Amino acid sequence: MAEALDLSMFVERRHAGAAHMTLAVEDVACAGCIRKIESGLGKLPGVIDARLNFTQRRLAVDWHEDKIDAAGIIKALERIGYRAYPFASERVESDEGAQVKWLLKCLAVAGFAAMNVMLLSVSVWAGNVSDMTQETRDLFHWLSALIALPAAAYAGQPFLHSALKALRARELNMDVPISLGVALALGLSVYETAAHAAHAYFDSAIMLLFFLLCGRYLDLAMRRKTRMFAGNLASVKAEFAHRLDPGGELTRIPAIALNPGDRVLVRPGERIPADGILINGRSDVDESLVTGETLHRAVGAGAAVYAGSINISGALMMRVTAAGGGTLVEEVERLLEGAIASKSRTVRLADRVARLYAPVVHLTAALTAIGWLAAGATLHDAIVIAIAVLIITCPCAIALAIPTVQVIAAGRLFCSGVILNSGDAVERLAEVDTVIFDKTGTLTLPDPAVDPASDIDPGLLERAARLALSSRHPLAVALADKAQERIPYPDAVEEPGQGVHAMIDGQEARLGSDDFCGLSETQRQVANDGEASFIAFAHAGRTATIHIRQSLRPDAAAVVKALAGRGLRLIVLSGDRAAAVAPVATQLGIRDWRAGLKPADKIAVIDQLKAQGRRVLMVGDGLNDAPALAAAHVSVSPITAAHLAQAQADALFLGNRLEPVLHAVAVSQQARLLMKQNLALAVVYNALAVPLAIAGLVTPLIAAVAMSGSSILVTLNALRAWIRSPRESQDRRKPSPGKAVPPSFPLARDEWREVSP
Amino acid sequence: MNVLAYLIPVALLLGLTGLVAFLWSLKSGQYDDLDGAAIRILPDDDIKN
Repeated sequence: MAEALDLSMFVERRHAGAAHMTLAVEDVACAGCIRKIESGLGKLPGVIDARLNFTQRRLAVDWHEDKIDAAGIIKALERIGYRAYPFASERVESDEGAQVKWLLKCLAVAGFAAMNVMLLSVSVWAGNVSDMTQETRDLFHWLSALIALPAAAYAGQPFLHSALKALRARELNMDVPISLGVALALGLSVYETAAHAAHAYFDSAIMLLFFLLCGRYLDLAMRRKTRMFAGNLASVKAEFAHRLDPGGELTRIPAIALNPGDRVLVRPGERIPADGILINGRSDVDESLVTGETLHRAVGAGAAVYAGSINISGALMMRVTAAGGGTLVEEVERLLEGAIASKSRTVRLADRVARLYAPVVHLTAALTAIGWLAAGATLHDAIVIAIAVLIITCPCAIALAIPTVQVIAAGRLFCSGVILNSGDAVERLAEVDTVIFDKTGTLTLPDPAVDPASDIDPGLLERAARLALSSRHPLAVALADKAQERIPYPDAVEEPGQGVHAMIDGQEARLGSDDFCGLSETQRQVANDGEASFIAFAHAGRTATIHIRQSLRPDAAAVVKALAGRGLRLIVLSGDRAAAVAPVATQLGIRDWRAGLKPADKIAVIDQLKAQGRRVLMVGDGLNDAPALAAAHVSVSPITAAHLAQAQADALFLGNRLEPVLHAVAVSQQARLLMKQNLALAVVYNALAVPLAIAGLVTPLIAAVAMSGSSILVTLNALRAWIRSPRESQDRRKPSPGKAVPPSFPLARDEWREVSP
Repeated sequence: MNVLAYLIPVALLLGLTGLVAFLWSLKSGQYDDLDGAAIRILPDDDIKN
């Protein structure tokens, strides 16, 4: 391409002409790839260092700017055989990276301390029933204090920070009783040690921290993994725009670097990179990603166009307007604001439990102290027993009950192609009783394809498809997918706005508009069924019309049936015409459908369902779905969705199949059940341990055994989330090929469908 | 019980060494690319014949 490629927004300038850039690299599969890429780039003049991170599939390159530029490096990689995409690191991701490292440090410190304190504690437990002298015991206790106090001060920070934050907001979370329990256990132990007592709780406090940090770390590491994957996907899908500079030259720049006022050229077959107003040119645009409407809209100078629509026929020049330039975008954003503001904040299960748990536990401890005082115990004994109650109820198992299940459920969903955007999506997905589907791009595939029902001679179809390889027209691109032999005809010529022609077997072949291929009037009327777009083909006196339409996702019917089988109410809300929605709804057996809806209408339906007490899962992809996605109880979008819609969705799913939606619901329902079981287990543990503590019978040995025992039990129960529930096995009658494997980056070609062809 | 006078410091020191080694390896980025480390040992182009 002759025009310059401007990647400066991805390049980080370092000292003295040195530059740094991170690239997401495709198809890195083995040790050989690492060497090929690193040594291949290392040989380039000006490249200082190239290091591939195989886990993240990202390449970090440092180079001297006077010898080579960013575009040159990407070209060089392409020559070696790898496609690379500039990667703009998101703030959230690097923050999480730092957080993970910090948690790992805390975990290491807690682990070290737990091992060594245990070493001393076990000796004391053994010594207390044999012949340990008081001096030796005191020495061991002081040594334990020496290890445990600094370790707890360091490793307890994550909990203390979170507890203080909650208290400042006048709320209670699980970290409040945890911090209090740990602090009291340590304080009491120091006091008892000074008084030469036989028991100290250093081991309990530090072990509690260790277990809880394990849970926290796994939770964050899982979230980081999915975010990393989503980040790579975003850079692969990043769109580029042709900006017309004031000097009249075209520069290819990332669409996110466009500013209001920029003039942009959009060629036929390209996606419109930003919202704007047309300056000149005429064309049809496919706005199915924006409004859900499958019929193309004719546009000319002065018309408003939206990011995400596809330019079908003619080259367009547009001026980028600030966000909200079009009336539709304004309306969507206004509705979005309203929907987000009115969204009832669902309280996470863990916080709900914490609100109930903390006051009950603290009250019990207080009553215990009062009870013992009333029974004639000394103040010292009463307080020691009350603190023992607080230590034994320190919610280790309860705090692990939910995150452990969440980690495993998120891992399983990731394996089936669902990326969770929000932490409590699993909880909310499990509560769903109504599913609303958008039609275009959600129930149907995002890209149009040759109508499988059309009856065309295979030989003729193959020739048409091969000829289509030479065109960038969206209909031709859809047809070209059918070509078995993927070599374009050498002499194919594209006539802009009309079609492609070439000589095949000595006779001229034409592919394109009906006029271009010389279709008769009757043929034209037969072909035009008002629903699908068609493309005509003529060769050696034979003509054919090939229908291109948005077909249903291959497993849509099965998934809809399985969801209905789970007792969910299904509704289709589409922005498309009734004539286009009715056949889809009938085919899927969904009786409840509405067509021609504006974004506000979709919200109205959701609000009405909410008023009936229903919990709605919204599945949609268009810009027009964004407010509905925000308003629903929980929402899911395909990865091909408009940016604004993706930002609102609680989860994204990959690939051409609809099955991930079913999985998301099934796995979440199972996970919620396990969370409740885990909470029940933790409550049973407390019911057994608290009476012992109130009776003053708890020794550090009992505390240690009971606390770690219950934590391990809860974690083992959470592991059952890996096992498929019998219900789910019924849902999927034939298992998908292979076992559950996490999607590796990048995905197979048809899974992400490059956005700009 | 005199044996404790040196056994306990030795035990603590060993543990501390492990902790410091872990913190050092974490800081020097050895956990940044676990999958890469596993396959980077396979090519033997560093062996000079």
